Amino acid sequence: MIDNVIVFTNQISRYIIPFLLVGIPFYGLIIKKVKVYESFVDGAKEGFDISLKIIPYLVAILVAIGMFRASGAMEQLIYFLTPILNIIGFPPENLPLAIMRPLSGSGSLGLFTDLVNQYGVDSIYTKIGATMFGSTETTFYVLAVYFGSVGIRKSRYALAAGLIADIVGILSAVYICKILFL
Amino acid sequence: MLNYIWFALIFISVVVGTITGRIDQVTEAAINMSKTSVEIAFGLIGIMALWLGIMKIAEDSGLIQIIAKVLRPIMIKLFPKVPSDHPAIGSIVLNMAANILGLGNAATPIGLKAMKELQELNKQKDTATDAMCTFLAINTSSVQIILPASVVALMGATANQIFITTIFATGMSTIAAIIAVKLLSKMKSFKIDSEI
Repeated sequence: MIDNVIVFTNQISRYIIPFLLVGIPFYGLIIKKVKVYESFVDGAKEGFDISLKIIPYLVAILVAIGMFRASGAMEQLIYFLTPILNIIGFPPENLPLAIMRPLSGSGSLGLFTDLVNQYGVDSIYTKIGATMFGSTETTFYVLAVYFGSVGIRKSRYALAAGLIADIVGILSAVYICKILFL
Repeated sequence: MLNYIWFALIFISVVVGTITGRIDQVTEAAINMSKTSVEIAFGLIGIMALWLGIMKIAEDSGLIQIIAKVLRPIMIKLFPKVPSDHPAIGSIVLNMAANILGLGNAATPIGLKAMKELQELNKQKDTATDAMCTFLAINTSSVQIILPASVVALMGATANQIFITTIFATGMSTIAAIIAVKLLSKMKSFKIDSEI
């Protein structure tokens, strides 16, 4: 049953973008008589400004994260956290991905690929990793881009809330996979 | 908070890099990532233009207003300070819909549009409002029912098994995000103007 749901949702997802690209102008032009071409160009103009505006914020965040990854601090962090993780039943194999996930999309995809290669697709570590990957976001990047686009520098509790959500998502991923797959 | 985390990342990198003898890589990473940031931003321009163009049609034809109206009851609870007929509500809803359906490259432009509209309601232009923090936290908790294409590509048919686990974990993290913003917004240290 679940297999069919996956096939079905994946089939649908292939058609969503084409559907939106044709459906929205259709509704606008045919039903509401909106000048769709002019509206489109009008909206598209903003894309340029917003993209340029986020550059300083992206540089700030991505440089710090890049330095952190390159320094080998990740390995040190894992070394120190392993004893604590053993207590709560968190597999150390999944720790690098858990730490990387909020920091970097490409970095966490690399670590996930590594899990697949090292343990195979049927291993619990791969399943936990995949669940983590799908259930959390690159919080720092999203924060930089979203707040940067409107020039917000004081983010207040946004980062704290985002990281709490990440931790809950990551722990949920571990425990639900342990319950279902062990 | 971001100030300290940002500084800590750089400080730890330089200290650890010095100890582990990887200081050259640290320097290189700093330079490369600053280039990468610009590449990412430039790469966004086309996709941003495409989706903001389509969104503008949806807005001019009244589609967004209709969607916002339907989901008004939930939105009032999540974003009490945003007027329920404000265009930001429509954009927020569409951004969440795009995220749920796994349309990452549509979600970002629509999300940034929502931020712009939330900024119009903001009195202190450099400080995030409660609505912005809520929106960001829900966004980063990644409400998603379609598995990321990269995961499916790497796992093949086994990806089916993690469908349920992903929905469970993403649901938990979204609930946590909503509870966290509601609690954190009441904390003194996060009141507007008190952030260092």
